[in-house]
Amino acid sequence: MEFLEQQLPRYADGAWITIQLTVGGAALAFVLAMAIGILGTTRFWWARAITTVFVETFRGIAALVVMFWFVFAFPDLTGFELDPRFAAILALGLNVGAYGAEVVRAAINAVPPSQVEATVALNYSWTQRMRLVVLPQAWAQMLPTFGNLVIELMKATAVVYLVGIVDLTSVAQQIRSATGQTFVAFGVAFVLYYLLAQVLILGMRALENRAGKKLGRAPTGGGGILSLLRPPSVGTKVGVAK
Amino acid sequence: MPPSDTHDNDRPQGVGGEDLIVFDQVVKRFGDLTVLDHLDFSVSPGERVTLIGPSGSGKTTILRLVMTLEKVTEGMIWIGGKPFSHMPRGSGFTPASESYLRSRRKSIGMVFQQFNLFPNMSVRKNIIEAPVNVLGTPKEEANAHAEELLDLVGLGDKIDAHPTQLSGGQQQRVAIARALAMRPEILLLDEVTSALDPELVAGVLDVLREVAETTDITMLCVTHEMSFARDVSHRVLMFDKGRIAEEGHPDQMFNDPRHERTQAFLKSVLENGN
Repeated sequence: MEFLEQQLPRYADGAWITIQLTVGGAALAFVLAMAIGILGTTRFWWARAITTVFVETFRGIAALVVMFWFVFAFPDLTGFELDPRFAAILALGLNVGAYGAEVVRAAINAVPPSQVEATVALNYSWTQRMRLVVLPQAWAQMLPTFGNLVIELMKATAVVYLVGIVDLTSVAQQIRSATGQTFVAFGVAFVLYYLLAQVLILGMRALENRAGKKLGRAPTGGGGILSLLRPPSVGTKVGVAK
Repeated sequence: MPPSDTHDNDRPQGVGGEDLIVFDQVVKRFGDLTVLDHLDFSVSPGERVTLIGPSGSGKTTILRLVMTLEKVTEGMIWIGGKPFSHMPRGSGFTPASESYLRSRRKSIGMVFQQFNLFPNMSVRKNIIEAPVNVLGTPKEEANAHAEELLDLVGLGDKIDAHPTQLSGGQQQRVAIARALAMRPEILLLDEVTSALDPELVAGVLDVLREVAETTDITMLCVTHEMSFARDVSHRVLMFDKGRIAEEGHPDQMFNDPRHERTQAFLKSVLENGN
């Protein structure tokens, strides 16, 4: 208990850094995923080329190497020093954004062609079609996978201790070497990572339910707090199988 | 100038003037499959034309070409005396660009077999989004028009419902209101009752009869509902293998079909209880 009382503020500082990196990385990843993903669905070959090159590049390179490059190689090349936290957010955002772009592209392509035909019959422009019909429907498809990605991203922030950022993992390391209490030092980090993940999961489930509601789908697992559970698969109840 | 039309003789009295829609030697192929084979036909303003024929005879493709959901392989489509599938360039024509099509297809609406309402919008939004965003109609005016149209289709109380809360027949009537909200000159009806349970068909057809009686919208209609076709259309075209096998006034076509393909087709349709 005494250990916790003494060390908790340091853990909190570390966790706060982890949260900042997660939020920053997720925001960048989201913007990139939407922009690059949408480009990948257009009729212009050059736009689809941008998507392909971006996705294959940043999906193929370890986020850690990209981060090292921004922290160590970039200043050598340009003479500008990047804040390591900024470099970490860039690296994580680019990496997760590449995965996210594929999710966005696939979700857009999964919107039934008949919906697009209806927008043509109503003479929507491409922008109107995307904004009013395609993206709102694709959104519900994207969310479950986005949930996975944001948790992956949160855990991937642990690599930043390698460029000297004092995040949750780094704090645990420091406390372990200072106190020798290996078990507790990492145990607290386990619990904090787990709690952060749960907050993210609950947030994503709430977004999914809201998106489902917009499409006229009732939460399949029940209302209220039950809607935060995973829905039962089709056919688990008599009479609902179609 | 649109090319001359070889089927003028069959045009009903009282509906005349410049041709609104002209197909000039239109060919449509999907890979090796020829769906429309050098098709010539034209439709006058205000005329209601029903397309019948066995499946695969190219009826739906004609509607999809007019709605610009497909592109012609050869030949040209003219609408309102101006090229439609193509646009003028120099002394000739080039396939229409996306922006050209956008400027030209404003006057055309379509109702689909599967309704295709937008599930992410309420009934109201389904109807007003296009007039507001595409035509720039003020929101209040669009709302008032939507209410009027929903009354016309008998769903005045469903304006704030969600499409998933409606039956198929109700969804299709909303889809009709949505198409009419754009004030189209041409309305394309693609087997609009084929996906409906039998007891819901009449409600949808009644709405379309009313639209036919109270407006001068030009209609192109693909249907298997022969009594509806007889009631509303000025002219019936029988398609077979991508060509017009026979055409004429509905009374003549249904009572006294001359072409053996028409006779066989009508016999099979009637035997199947339609």
